[in-house]
Amino acid sequence: MLVSHKQAPSLKRQLWVAFLVVPPIAFMSLFVVYPILSAFAYAFYDWQGLARGEFVGLKNFREVLFGATMAPVVWNAFLHNVYALIALMVIQNGGGFVLAWLLYKEPFGFRFHRIAVFVPVVLSTIIVGFLWKLFLNPNFGIVNQALYALGLDSWAKPWLGDSSTALGALILANAWHFIGFPTLVYLAGMQRIPPEIIEAARLDGTNEWQLLKNIVWPLVAPSTTILFTLLFIGAFNWFEIPYVMVGLDGSPFGSTDVLGLVFYRTAFGNQSASIQNFGLGSALATLLFLFIVVFASMLTLWLRRREIQF
Amino acid sequence: MTALASDTRASRQPISFALLAQVILIANSFIMLYPVVVMVLSAFKTTGEIFDHPFALPDFTQVGNFTKVLGETEMPTYFMNSILVTGTSVILILVLGTMAGYAVARYESRTNTFILLFFLAGLMLPLKLAVIPLFILLRDLGLLDSRWSLIVTYTAIGLPSAVFIMAGFLRTLPLELEDAARIDGASEPRIMWSVMLPLARPPMAIAAIQNAVPIWNDFFFPLVFIQTDERKTLPQGLTTFMGEYTTDWGMLFAGLTIAAAPITLLYIVLSRQFIQGMTAGAVK
Repeated sequence: MLVSHKQAPSLKRQLWVAFLVVPPIAFMSLFVVYPILSAFAYAFYDWQGLARGEFVGLKNFREVLFGATMAPVVWNAFLHNVYALIALMVIQNGGGFVLAWLLYKEPFGFRFHRIAVFVPVVLSTIIVGFLWKLFLNPNFGIVNQALYALGLDSWAKPWLGDSSTALGALILANAWHFIGFPTLVYLAGMQRIPPEIIEAARLDGTNEWQLLKNIVWPLVAPSTTILFTLLFIGAFNWFEIPYVMVGLDGSPFGSTDVLGLVFYRTAFGNQSASIQNFGLGSALATLLFLFIVVFASMLTLWLRRREIQF
Repeated sequence: MTALASDTRASRQPISFALLAQVILIANSFIMLYPVVVMVLSAFKTTGEIFDHPFALPDFTQVGNFTKVLGETEMPTYFMNSILVTGTSVILILVLGTMAGYAVARYESRTNTFILLFFLAGLMLPLKLAVIPLFILLRDLGLLDSRWSLIVTYTAIGLPSAVFIMAGFLRTLPLELEDAARIDGASEPRIMWSVMLPLARPPMAIAAIQNAVPIWNDFFFPLVFIQTDERKTLPQGLTTFMGEYTTDWGMLFAGLTIAAAPITLLYIVLSRQFIQGMTAGAVK
């Protein structure tokens, strides 16, 4: 008799399936579901160090958004996250799109360039951050050394010590680290476009700009959706590059402060003030989480509408 | 005259474009690779040489910085910790991910939709933002400041994507394979282990690389969970190391080079698999 697994499952079979499914689910429940649900709850309590105090309602949220000491810091940091998001959209994702298009045509040496652009992506953010911190050193870093060598002495700056350039330097270091990712995701998206479409457009005498604008860009919309959503989430979780390059306080003078640093300082303290406040930290994390979920979903839905089936 | 002019432009345009493309690609690859090259070259120099001749080629026989990093610092310990943590986490992700993925892909059950939605939620939620309750949970379990605190966290983060990669692949395997083994009297575990899983090596490799690289490189969770120097992983240990040798630039570059070497070399050898694995979530 043929035994198909579509028949009513035997007890033995059910036990086997349970054996497969229960450990992963239990693991996720303990280390993901429980912490995330607790994260919301913790924000409504007062905390003394690691001990949970009494229920305080929305007090922590009010302090984060409107409190005299915390709110200015939070909004200042939020603004820097927004700047980073916009700049990286253009430099990282936009630059990645251009590089992908150049690689798509498979010019001489494209295999080498494809591997080269992804080298920084595999490095740890900590290595990237320290490397650029050393390169941007005002006296001995190669950036200023190169400017002196080229006779551009007046361009040399203490890049990370100057409030007007520090955030830009962090953004560029981040773009150097990650531009390979959008490049290769866009390249894969372009390679999925049926070649006949691009061929036909060329025969019609479409120029390069029109081809990119009217054909390639709309047809790689699925890649754009995922890249912009990932960048959005990444920009508001930004932590490692600022932490390594400018420290926990977002120096100089908070000009590079971002929400990730504010969250870490609030929840786990820093060298200068080792007060940790889990209540305020949880409230900030909850607000950031809701902000990311709401806006990332809206962004995804909006970008999805542009996608064309082919 | 006008016809001729437009004609030449039309025929010359692709060539000038190709030239411009080459210039941009070469400039970009230079920008991507040169900082890494300077890092490696500087590791062979003394601090004085770095300051005086930052762009010069070093004396490659001068390996004092490297021997000092490997012999006199905690770097080898950080290395071992990174290997232990990354290895154990990836194995746990593959085992648990394959179990759930196999169950969902190969057995019809009313709970399958629920299980997939459950892991889909895990894929979307950034666990970073739940680090405070995770910190308290790990403290209550007595895992804080241990390698296990990192292993369970990374496994929890990596598991959902592994479930989807494994289920997506296992679903494509033909039913006849199982049925033939069943007729031969093979038990369900035997079918999974000897018939199906040997075919599932490619998606396992993708899931392994997709998770191994971010775990190897992670800094945030060790920063919060680990205090003891002997248990730090490489990225966190690197911050300790950089703090100790702030003025010895030769040592700093040697430390960065040694930290970057394994993954960079592995990437050069396995670039296709790395690119495929690391873009797996964003490329359909």
